[in-house]
Amino acid sequence: MGYALRVDAHLQPRIAVEGLTFEVGRDTQAPRRIVDDVSFRVAAGGVFTVLGPSGSGKSTLLRCLNRLVEPSAGRVLLDGHVASELPVQELRRRVGMVFQTAALFDGKVLDNVLYGPRLREGRAGGGGEARGAAAGEADAAHAQAEGLLRRVGLPAAFCDKPVTELSGGEAQRVSLARALANEPEVLALDEPTAALDPTASQVIEDLLLQLAADSDLTFVFVTHNLAQARRIGDHGLLLVDGRVVDQGPLPAFLDDPALETTRLFVEGRLQSGAACALPGAAPPEAAP
Amino acid sequence: MIAAQPFSFTSLAAALVLVGLALLLSWRQHLDIEKEMGFSCIRAFVQLMAIGYVINLILRADRPVYVVLMVAAMLGFAAATSARRARPLPGALLLAAVAIGGSTLVTLGLMLALGIIPSGARYVIPIAGMIIGNSMNVASVTAVRLVQDAGDRRPQIEAALALSASPRQCTADIIRRSVRLAMVPVIDSTKTMGIVFLPGAMTGMILAGADPLQAVRLQVVVVFMLLAAVSLTATIVSLLAPGRLFTPQQQLRRLENDA
Repeated sequence: MGYALRVDAHLQPRIAVEGLTFEVGRDTQAPRRIVDDVSFRVAAGGVFTVLGPSGSGKSTLLRCLNRLVEPSAGRVLLDGHVASELPVQELRRRVGMVFQTAALFDGKVLDNVLYGPRLREGRAGGGGEARGAAAGEADAAHAQAEGLLRRVGLPAAFCDKPVTELSGGEAQRVSLARALANEPEVLALDEPTAALDPTASQVIEDLLLQLAADSDLTFVFVTHNLAQARRIGDHGLLLVDGRVVDQGPLPAFLDDPALETTRLFVEGRLQSGAACALPGAAPPEAAP
Repeated sequence: MIAAQPFSFTSLAAALVLVGLALLLSWRQHLDIEKEMGFSCIRAFVQLMAIGYVINLILRADRPVYVVLMVAAMLGFAAATSARRARPLPGALLLAAVAIGGSTLVTLGLMLALGIIPSGARYVIPIAGMIIGNSMNVASVTAVRLVQDAGDRRPQIEAALALSASPRQCTADIIRRSVRLAMVPVIDSTKTMGIVFLPGAMTGMILAGADPLQAVRLQVVVVFMLLAAVSLTATIVSLLAPGRLFTPQQQLRRLENDA
């Protein structure tokens, strides 16, 4: 697999993706590759951005990282270990995920942010409900939840808020806190600001930049938003119709696109499904 | 014993007037369900006549093996019917068969063991029929609701999976809800029994000329029995269903009715 090794090839990557492919309809006449032979690697603490028009397979690629979908071929390596050989719950604890919509559980903010830790204590009944904790435990839980909320810039008073009273931006911050509570090594973010207004979007973006600076958390960030990719990513790739058409350091590979497809995408003229017909749409093997 | 007169074939023929009335109403109101109505009446007549003769034969033979065969056949039909409703769920037939069969075996077994009912065909077959029928409804409602909720709550379920919850942990909520929903009709009819409607078993006994107080005692037994049976069915469905909503790699399946 001739994937580009330019990204910190001298280091053991925190997460590496090798020849990842996700195919649907394999038992039908017309199987379709949603993700087609994608490879990249991200060093610890890196912020890797997966760019591409909508429908290009970005979300599916991301969901292969924590095995929410099963890749048809290829593999994911976490600290050099094959992810599919890890117990799936361990993998998902280590590779956290934030979705486009917050998808909070019914109940209070506290129940949401402590969902992961409670799973490991064997106390989450699902749905994020807190169940008869002793007073001391309750205080400790409150303190833990407050700490997590602080990391995403929410006041401690939010702990006891029902999730139905949150704004879109607040809900997304809670979902970020919920993911951080699991102390993941890699955080996979699936267009976390796409459903938010510009102000809330900026808050989340700033938070992510701050987290990236303050911790050695590794990010894989999916977006279709070029400006955001430029601000957040240190490296990235451009995915079109499931295939890597270009990749490199950010923002350089977007500012000075070497390939026609990248240039079209940067200019906002690239439609998903059109890439194969374009001149200069190179298969990943030919990427510089 | 009741005289042959009240439920003779002549009186049955006379009852066709009632069907005629229903058909007439449907036709006048352009409901366009006359055909279905007529067909279901014929079907009910044929099925009931057939089962009447079968039960008659079994009662006369009074051999346990016939009773077992009869109960097994009822179970088979019930499982197939329930599985059709729960079709998007992989392995729905096996799930329905285990849930309905399991609850029938336990409930019926307990009733026999505790001497609540004698072991003759005359008791076992109608009692088994009631258990199986109610279990079938509960199995269907639980499974249908579960499949629908799994689709509706996909974002939350996947968020929980992504937080390393097991399939059981991240469906605890929707399972609780679907089991509750399936049991509500049984609980409600238990509550209002004797006030809102006079239940079938009791009505039947009274019509057949039995002492109303004896009929009431039978009905109380039936109510308690059904409560146990549907709880068992719903519990078995809720224990087995998560395994079918997810792949072995703990990914939420895309079922056919999913948006």
